[in-house]
Amino acid sequence: MNLAVKDIKHNLGRFTLTAVGIGMLLMVVMGMGGIYRGIIEDATLLIDKIGADIWVVQHNTRGPFAEISRIPQNIDYRTLAIPGVVSARKFVQHTIQRSYQNKRLRMTVVGLDWPVDKGKWLPLVAGRILNQNHYEMVADRSLGMALGAKIKLGKDTYKVVGITSNMISSGGDGIGFFTVNDALDIQFNTPAEAIRLERAARGVRLRKSDQGLKQPGLIEYAYQESNQLPALESPRVSAVMLSIAPGASPEQISSIIAGWNDVSVFTREDERQLLLKGSVEKVRRQIGLFRALLTIISAIIMALILYTLTLDKLHSIALLKLIGASNWMILKLILQQAIVLGMLGFGIAYLLGQKIFPRFPRRVILSDDDLVQLALIVIAISVVSSFLGIWKAMKVAPNEALN
Amino acid sequence: MKTYGSGNTEVQAMQDASMNVAHGEIVALLGPSGAGKSTFLTAIGLINLPTSGRITIDNQLVVIGPQPMVNLKIFRRKHLGFVFQKSNLIPFLSARENVQIAIEINGFKPRAARKRALQLLDELGMDSRADNFPSMLSGGQQQRIAISRALANRPAVILADEPTAALDSHLGRQVMELFRDLAHKHGTAVIVVTHDQRSLDVFDTIYEMEDGIIKPMH
Repeated sequence: MNLAVKDIKHNLGRFTLTAVGIGMLLMVVMGMGGIYRGIIEDATLLIDKIGADIWVVQHNTRGPFAEISRIPQNIDYRTLAIPGVVSARKFVQHTIQRSYQNKRLRMTVVGLDWPVDKGKWLPLVAGRILNQNHYEMVADRSLGMALGAKIKLGKDTYKVVGITSNMISSGGDGIGFFTVNDALDIQFNTPAEAIRLERAARGVRLRKSDQGLKQPGLIEYAYQESNQLPALESPRVSAVMLSIAPGASPEQISSIIAGWNDVSVFTREDERQLLLKGSVEKVRRQIGLFRALLTIISAIIMALILYTLTLDKLHSIALLKLIGASNWMILKLILQQAIVLGMLGFGIAYLLGQKIFPRFPRRVILSDDDLVQLALIVIAISVVSSFLGIWKAMKVAPNEALN
Repeated sequence: MKTYGSGNTEVQAMQDASMNVAHGEIVALLGPSGAGKSTFLTAIGLINLPTSGRITIDNQLVVIGPQPMVNLKIFRRKHLGFVFQKSNLIPFLSARENVQIAIEINGFKPRAARKRALQLLDELGMDSRADNFPSMLSGGQQQRIAISRALANRPAVILADEPTAALDSHLGRQVMELFRDLAHKHGTAVIVVTHDQRSLDVFDTIYEMEDGIIKPMH
């Protein structure tokens, strides 16, 4: 006869409520692990999906995923001259916060080097990739924009032609994919009045300079549009991504580029590690510590619950001892209940999590490995937590049944 | 003899407490509160061993003074049955399971234990309440289940401490008669500690205990 099952069946309501309580606690532990996985997944998703072998970034910086990186747009031509490099794509990334349909919209803008990169690698769930150099965007579903929706960013209006799923930046914002030119326009959009004022200021500065005094003819140029002035460079991009030929050595190509003194270079894995050990590291540690704390709290609460459940049965335990039950039989009663409680709580945590986690603002990823690990932790907690109850039960003397 | 404490706080709960009970004999132990009846019962129940003296059960020397001569847990399980003032049933087990667990503890397989538990309940007229939990049974019914459990392992001795205290006189007598019938039928020695003097006619022998001393009552 299994005494643990008999006791649970007899006190089913109370046991179920206790299991729900434990389950909700474990759901938080599970959720913390899922949030951690989500952060890692979100942070590395773009690097993994975009398929670049080498990242060329601003000199002495760690690249656009760690800090601001600005490099001239023409770096791509220089890199294409290196043997083994088969393609070079400009990359732009920045985050904007605007208003869309009277709601706050935070979006990470990623520029794709159209037509070299039209976004064929994007995990589309609806629509298509970018088919033209301007005024189209592919939006992540988390941005809440429908296919065909239009949004005005800066001077231009962009139409959503494709929808992706789970394309989130390391900061947790949904990504909108544009062409590099559009992404730069959005980033460096300057109002007409500011442009006119800058042109006037440019003329004034030139008039006051030696060059303007010696060559007054130049002043006329100062009032022209920026893109008609050869002395002014075009906006800089965040990075240039290189794809290398099969068999080519990324280290060798990187060492060539590292010899240029105006840029820094990283392999895909370097960039991935920089991201994980940089901005994500503190969050990872914080969540890890919080998770460990929650696990300890769960163990303490479970121990108290199991202790209380044991106290309720002390008279029955004394009686069992009086009629000759072995210590193992009593130990099994408590231990089995602890494990059933833990596993039931785990199951409830999983089921509740499946319903609740998708509603979280950031992704909560429950990986099989993490679930197995947590299940083992729960079993360990259950066993350890039952020690207090077992200790109490072992101390009960048979004659206490007579009281 | 059983002594608690030492020096100024020393209390002699039992001084000259001797009793011989034959197989199939039902014995009553009367006495006022504090006379040492429960101490005597827990001593021969091998729960609370005496300070000095000997206990022999089923022709086996079990205890000399505080020193056990056998494994007390196993001996208690195989040779002794207990019935208390309160029925002392396990609340999360049904009537049948309360009896069955005692049989299983003694090494029987669940199926055989179940069969014997049902036989015992049938014998005590409780078969129709086999699936009821203790909370669903009256005091008398609970006491019958407790007696069934005490009989589960065919003990040499059943020790009953005020088994009718929580019952009305009619039910109390029924329980005493049940003890007598079972003692005579199964050859089990039954020692009943009681205050209830209305059912003394069911006992084969009556002892009285006062100030820790047991004397036969004539």
